[in-house]
Amino acid sequence: MTDNVDRSKRRLILAATTAAGGVAAAGVATPFVLSFMPSERAKAAGAPVEVDISAIEPGTMKVVEWQGKPVWIVRRTQEMIDLLSKHDGDLTDPAGNVPQQPDYCNNPNRSIKPEIFVVIGICTHLGCSPSYRPEVAPADLGADWGGGWFCPCHGSRFDLSARVYKGSPAPTNLIVPPHQYLSDTTLLIGDDKQKGAA
Amino acid sequence: MKLIKKIWVLVLLAAVPAMAIASSGVHLDKAPGNLSDKASLQRGAQLFTANCLACHGAAYMRYNRLMDIGMSEDDIKKLLPEGSKLGSTMKSAMDAESAKMAFGVAPPDLSVIARSRGTDWLYTYLRSFYVDATRPSGVNNVVFPLVAMPNVLGGMQGEQALHVEKHEGHEVQVLKLTTPGSMTAAEFDATVADLVNYLDFMAEPAKLVRYKLGYIVLGFLFLLLILTYALKKEFWKDIH
Amino acid sequence: MKYLKNLLGWVDDRFPLIETWEFHLSKYYAPKNFNFWYFFGSLALLVLVIQIVSGIFLTMSYKPDALIAFASVEYIMRDVQSGWLIRYIHSTGASMFFIVVYLHMFRGMIYGSYRKPRELLWIIGVVIYLALMAEAFMGYLLPWGQMSFWGAQVIVNLFSSVPFVGNELSVLIRGDFVISDATLNRFFALHVIAIPLLLVGIVFVHLVALHKVGSNNPDGIEIKKKKDANGIPLDGIPFFPYIVVKDIVAVVLFLIVFCAIVFFAPDMGGYFLEANNFVPANPMKTPEHIAPVWYFTPYYAILRAVPPMFGSQFPGVIAMGVAAVAVLFLPWLDRGPVKSIRYRGPIFKGFLAAFVVSFIGLGYLGLMPATPTYTVISQVLSVVYFAFFILMPWYTKIDKCKPEPDRLTFK
Repeated sequence: MTDNVDRSKRRLILAATTAAGGVAAAGVATPFVLSFMPSERAKAAGAPVEVDISAIEPGTMKVVEWQGKPVWIVRRTQEMIDLLSKHDGDLTDPAGNVPQQPDYCNNPNRSIKPEIFVVIGICTHLGCSPSYRPEVAPADLGADWGGGWFCPCHGSRFDLSARVYKGSPAPTNLIVPPHQYLSDTTLLIGDDKQKGAA
Repeated sequence: MKLIKKIWVLVLLAAVPAMAIASSGVHLDKAPGNLSDKASLQRGAQLFTANCLACHGAAYMRYNRLMDIGMSEDDIKKLLPEGSKLGSTMKSAMDAESAKMAFGVAPPDLSVIARSRGTDWLYTYLRSFYVDATRPSGVNNVVFPLVAMPNVLGGMQGEQALHVEKHEGHEVQVLKLTTPGSMTAAEFDATVADLVNYLDFMAEPAKLVRYKLGYIVLGFLFLLLILTYALKKEFWKDIH
Repeated sequence: MKYLKNLLGWVDDRFPLIETWEFHLSKYYAPKNFNFWYFFGSLALLVLVIQIVSGIFLTMSYKPDALIAFASVEYIMRDVQSGWLIRYIHSTGASMFFIVVYLHMFRGMIYGSYRKPRELLWIIGVVIYLALMAEAFMGYLLPWGQMSFWGAQVIVNLFSSVPFVGNELSVLIRGDFVISDATLNRFFALHVIAIPLLLVGIVFVHLVALHKVGSNNPDGIEIKKKKDANGIPLDGIPFFPYIVVKDIVAVVLFLIVFCAIVFFAPDMGGYFLEANNFVPANPMKTPEHIAPVWYFTPYYAILRAVPPMFGSQFPGVIAMGVAAVAVLFLPWLDRGPVKSIRYRGPIFKGFLAAFVVSFIGLGYLGLMPATPTYTVISQVLSVVYFAFFILMPWYTKIDKCKPEPDRLTFK
C-alpha cells in the first residue's frame, strides 16, 4: 500500500457508496415488509357488511361476520331498554368515558336507535366471544342478572348495552363498530361515512 | 484454431434461423394493445363484464382492481352482479356444471388467458369465427377449429364465410363478411382490440406499476454503479 | 467505541471472530489478475441469498395443495402486496442461478480450476450443481400449471425405465400412480427445506475448500509458489477490501440485468415463465408441445437423441445422467501440462469450442419438437459432447502448449 493516496477522497466515496447502499437495502426491504400487510383478499373480507335487520324478533340477536369478527345485532324490547339506566352503580364505565364506541353512540343505550344495538362480540379481556343471556335472573347468573352477555372463558359480565359489570376481569365495555342505517331495515356495518348516511 | 472456431460459429448461426422458420401455425394478427390507454381498458372492462362473464369466470380478478384503470367505485358498482361486492372476484353467471352441459366443455377461466394464449392469438381468434352449419353452435373458428364457444360478438361483427383461395400454389384460408353486423369492420376491430387490451391488463394488473417501478430501480442502480465503480478505482490505486 | 471494543474482545475470547475475518477476508490473498470470469462465484452466492429470502416470503402465501396451488400463486401475483415482485424475483432468480453457475463452471474449464490441488473443490462444486438441478426441478412443479405437471410427469417417468424396479421407483417418487397432490406436497417439502439446507451446507464446504487451496487465476499458475519475506504471495492481494470492492461493482452490474428482467420481461419470451404454465394442471390433457425449462434442455436433447435399445428408454436415461455428471471426472481426464487456456494449444481450444457449440446447440434443440432432422443434429452434437470428455486424455497430451509464465500477467 502506498501513502500518496488521498485518504479524504476515499472516505468521501466510501461514505457516498455506503449511503446509497443503505437506500438500496431499504428499497429491497420495502416489498418484503409490504407483503406482510393484509392482502386484497383480507381487505375484501373486511369490507363493510350490509345487514337486513327486518327479520330480527324483539329480544333476539343476529350474528354477522365483519373483518372475521362476530358482530351482534340485538333488537331490544322496551323492558330491556328501561332496565339499562337502573344499574349504573354496578358498572365500571356506565357513561362510556373510555372511547369504545363512535361519538354518535355515546349515550346510555350505546346505539343510534334505542332498540337496535350493534356491538363487536369479542370480550375486551382476552378475546373470547361471550354468550347472549337475555333472560332475567336465571339460576346460574343470580337474582340480580337483568339480561346481557356472560363470557364463559373468565366470567366477565356485560349488560344489554355491553357495558362491563364491576368485578369482571374485562377492563372496558365491548366495542361498538362504526355503522349506519342505509334504510330503516338495512344496516351497514364497518362504515359510517357513506353517502345517504342517516 | 481460429479457423475451426469460425467454422463452428458459422454453422451455429446458419442453424438458428433454419430452426426458427420450422415453427408453424395459423398466421396471427398483431393485437394493437396499449396498457396506458385507460379509456380503451375501461371500454374493454365493460365489454368483458357484459359479454364474457355470462359463461366464463375470472376467479382471480377482483372488481375493485378496476380502479387501477381509472374507474371510480360508482362506475364499478354499475358492473357488479347481484350479491357481489367491490372486493368480490369476477365469477361466472353460469355455474361450471351447467356450462359443461351447455357447451360440452367447461368454459375456461379467463383471469390469465392473455398470458397462456397471448394477446395476438386472442385478437385473431375473436375475429375469426365463420358460419359452419355442421357445428352445434352454427359457427367454427379458423384459429381454434371445432371450438365449442358460439360467436358472442357476432351481432357486432356480422356473419363471415370461409373461402379457400389459391395463392402461388398455397391454399390460403380467407374470411369474407356475408351479413353485416351493427358495426363496420374497422369499428369491430377496434372493439376487439379494447377487449383484448383489457384481458392483457387483467392477466397481470401489476404490469401497470411494474414498468414505472422498473425505471426508478434501474435509474438508481446506474447511480450505484457509478459510485461503486469510483470506489473500486479508488481502492485499486493501491495495487501495482 | 471503547464499549464496542470491549464487546468485541469479549466475543473474540469465546469465538474465533477476528481469526475468521482475517483467514477468509482481510488476510485471504487472492490473485490480483482476476478478470470478469471470476465474478460468477460471488454472484452465485448472491443469487442463493436472493432465492432463499424471496422463497421464504413466497412460502408465507403459497399453498402446496393440488386444489388451490395454482390459485395461491395468482393470489400472490394479485392480492398479496408486492407479491408479484417477490414472485418475479424468485422466478427470475431460478434462471439467473443457472446462467451464473454455467458461466462459473465454464470459467473453471477454461482456466483449469479443477486441476490439482482443486479436485475436491471442483467435485463439491459439481455436487452443488446437481443439487441445484433437483431444487429447480421440484420448485418448477409448485405453480401447478400444465408445464409444471407434465414436465414432472415426463421426468419422473424416466425413472420407470430403470430395469426391474423402474415402476416401483417412479411410484415411490410420486407417492401415487400419477403426479398428484402427494407429489406436490413432498416436492414442496424438499424444495423449501431439505435441498436448500443441503445447498447451504455444501456451498459452505465449497468455500472452506476454496480457502484451503486458494483461488486459481487466468494464468493457471500457483501464486503461493512466490512469497515475500512475510510469507505473503507476491501476486496476492487481500480479498478484503480489494476483491470485495471489485465484486460489488459486479453485483450492481448483475442487479441491473436482473432487475431489467424482473421489471420489463419476467417471462423472457416464455423461457423463464412459460405460457402454458398459466393454464392450471390438467391430468387429462397434455399440452401440444412440452419442453423442460431452458436450463435442462441440453440433457433433455441428449435423452431424446439416444434411440430406445432392447425396447427400453433406459440407455437414453443413462446417457442423460452421464452427460450431467461428466464434468465430475475432468480433474483426471485432463492430462495437459498447463492449466489455463492462455497457454493451451489449438487442439484443446478447438475441442472446447466444439463442446460449447454442442452444449448450446443441444440446449436449443431440447426446446424444439423432435423432428427427424433435429434428431440427427442432436445425435451429432451428443457425440461431440461426449467426445470432448472421452478424448480429453488423448488430445490434452498431444496438444502443443506454450510455456507458463513465472509470475502473473497483470495489466
